[in-house]
Amino acid sequence: MPIRSIKGALKVLVLVAIFFAGVWSQSSGVIDEFLWYLPDVQYLMVQHIWLTVMSGSLAILFAIPLGIVLSRPKMANVAESLMQVLNVGTTIPTLAVLALSMSFLGIGTVPAVFGLFVATLLPITRNTYTGLKGVNPALMEAAAGIGMSPMQRLFKVELPNALYVIFAGMRTALTINVGTVPLAFLIGAGGLGELIFTGIDLYDPVMMLSGAIPTALLAIVVDALIAVIAFLVVPRGVNPGRT
Amino acid sequence: MELFHFALNNAGLLLSRTVEHIALVGVAVGIATLTGVPIGIAITKNERVAQSVLYLASIIVTIPSIALFGIMIPVLSLIGHGIGYVPAVIAVLLYSQLPIIRNTYTAINNVNPALREAARGIGMNPNQRLRLVEIPLAIPVIMAGVRTAVVLNIGVMAIAAYIGAGGLGTFISRGISQSDPRQLIVGAIAVSLLAIIVDYSLLYLQKRLTPKGMSREAAAT
Amino acid sequence: MIRLDSLTKVFDTPKGAVVAADHIDMEVPEGEICVLLGPSGCGKTTTLKMINRIVKPTAGKVFINGEDTTGLDTQTLRRNIGYVIQQIGLFPNMTIEENITIVPKLLGWDKAKYKARAREMMAMIALEPDAFLKRFPSELSGGQQQRIGVARALAADPPVMLMDEPFGAIDPINRAVIQDEFLKMQQELNKTIMFVSHDIDEAIKMGNRVAVFREGKLVQYSTPDDLLAAPKNAFVESFLGEDRALKRLNLVKVREIVTDEIGTVLPSDTLETALAKIDDYGYQNAILMVNERKQPAGIISRSVARTTKGYCRDHFQAVPAVVDLDDDLRKAASLMFAHDQTWLPCVNQEGTVCGQITQRAMTSHLGARYRARQGDDRKPSAAIKE
Repeated sequence: MPIRSIKGALKVLVLVAIFFAGVWSQSSGVIDEFLWYLPDVQYLMVQHIWLTVMSGSLAILFAIPLGIVLSRPKMANVAESLMQVLNVGTTIPTLAVLALSMSFLGIGTVPAVFGLFVATLLPITRNTYTGLKGVNPALMEAAAGIGMSPMQRLFKVELPNALYVIFAGMRTALTINVGTVPLAFLIGAGGLGELIFTGIDLYDPVMMLSGAIPTALLAIVVDALIAVIAFLVVPRGVNPGRT
Repeated sequence: MELFHFALNNAGLLLSRTVEHIALVGVAVGIATLTGVPIGIAITKNERVAQSVLYLASIIVTIPSIALFGIMIPVLSLIGHGIGYVPAVIAVLLYSQLPIIRNTYTAINNVNPALREAARGIGMNPNQRLRLVEIPLAIPVIMAGVRTAVVLNIGVMAIAAYIGAGGLGTFISRGISQSDPRQLIVGAIAVSLLAIIVDYSLLYLQKRLTPKGMSREAAAT
Repeated sequence: MIRLDSLTKVFDTPKGAVVAADHIDMEVPEGEICVLLGPSGCGKTTTLKMINRIVKPTAGKVFINGEDTTGLDTQTLRRNIGYVIQQIGLFPNMTIEENITIVPKLLGWDKAKYKARAREMMAMIALEPDAFLKRFPSELSGGQQQRIGVARALAADPPVMLMDEPFGAIDPINRAVIQDEFLKMQQELNKTIMFVSHDIDEAIKMGNRVAVFREGKLVQYSTPDDLLAAPKNAFVESFLGEDRALKRLNLVKVREIVTDEIGTVLPSDTLETALAKIDDYGYQNAILMVNERKQPAGIISRSVARTTKGYCRDHFQAVPAVVDLDDDLRKAASLMFAHDQTWLPCVNQEGTVCGQITQRAMTSHLGARYRARQGDDRKPSAAIKE
């Protein structure tokens, strides 16, 4: 009961706050200022999303097969040491990854996409590998025992059972990706970072927020989107979200 | 070779920036541990509250750091701390909550029910159960959460150089703005090494703090 | 002594209220082991766990040594009850010593006292203190861990113990060993014990009394022998299994049905005497030959006695088997089957012959109770179904 009444009070409070925020922003002309940035936001958002899609899909296309290959029993020797390297790699801050990418590839879209690609690649590869390695050995034995070929085992048993973990990796990776895209502006690739960094330099709060709020929302949306896809795609029997 | 010379010539600055970086992250994650662990323990009492708190914390982590700075600057400038280390420390504090709360919560929740029942059965009160059984068993996982938070926020702190918080990110931001690859590369390598070294040191600490009888299981995970 | 007075537990589930234990009334006399037996979900574990309030009773009272525990503080109550669970539940972050001494510590014993107690407990469970006290639970085998679990429960010397399938997770061979050890300990300790089990053989072996539960109700509460001999209804009967008469063999000692009348011959007797004695006693196949100290020395078979002349000492066969007065009927029956005998000579502790046990005596002893029951409280229709 107390929790419910607190919730009710909170709802009312939020509505009132939104109302007054609306009144204030209308009277002070802040809305007009934001609207002034709207075309910029639209243009930069497209660029932003494009950077994410480009680097993200490249990373997925590269990372999942890599994870699969590394998880094959024949690769066991190489895989463990390579995973160590990847683990170290994921601790490297994204700004450093972009900076290094820039110092070798110069400025522009290519180094940005490459840097984002590297930062996204590592978590997906890692989760694909651990997901596949984590499939219950009894299932693998049963699959082999009923006469499945290695390919059938991979597609019918291993991947479906590892899918949830793989999706978790993609979710982490793409959230990092979207969060890193604003930094791509620093190496000349555009995106919503342009408004944020320029806003900071010029100390223009409206400009800052016009970049920051869409960036934050975009990240939240991407995160939720992948969660929804995972919810729908991962088979029900092995989907912790669907029981 | 040129890089090496640059690093040597600026060794003093490099060192002081590193110390600054570590101090900022250390203080912020330290405070975050003091808040996150009790929150993580408290929410084990109520499943619904736990889910809401964890959801909120996960949303916060999703927000890109530079966007968070962009949102915080106008708000904090109301109290005169729009830029500098204050927004950086607050961001680190916020980002640290998820790994620390989540790990504390799962670790306490995952304590084997048989142990919980044994502890009740021999007459421990809730406080004793927490102090003698649940927290000692949860320490390795809580430490892992702290470690995640520290490594994550070494990266966040690097970006915070752009809002004037100092630290190793300064080399990178100057390197970019002055088109000086030496500063850029030295900064990037320094911050990467810092993250890697801190990660390993904390891993070592985590193993040291693991209760002896459990080290075998902990080593397996 | 443990007494349960109308102890009741109702669980509220989404599908409605479930009565897990329905007005359980029972009493375990001091120093006895009472086994709560039944299929899963019958309420035996719930009943046990209400005693130390791991499960909070909906209604009813628990008395320990005559004292109503309702008013006692939960922690105080639990510290005075030994508790052993199937999953063992040793704290992995503590050494064996810390595990054993945890309750004494909670009770505020001083250090020297609980340290000494830990060593005493290790001696009791036959594990070397110096080798084990400083080790951690993960370094011990399952059987050793459960011995420590028992030691932890006994450390503060509680008058009462609750054991929830304590040996259920241990492999059958070690389980039998630990059961025997535990029974031996109990002979000295004389604790009042409630013990949950789903295994009839364990219940019969461990229990002075057995309480059979079904769907939250106490169906039958009697000694193991009574339970097997006179199951109260069809449920108990089917739960005990069709071989329940055989299970009783474990419970009856040779001493109880031995007849001290046994004809014997001496090595110096002639085969003629032997044959006469065989006929006199009405034996079918053979007669026992004893030496001058009355120890079994051989058997003279009827066919040999009839067809041959001479002395017994030259024409005997080896004694196939003998039973001791303290052996149980299971061993006696097994020996008879193995050696194709219908009778066996019995010896006392000195090894001298003191009687014999026959298949006939065994079957009539086991059958007596069934016949008696069919005579009185059995409805005819049920008897026919059998």
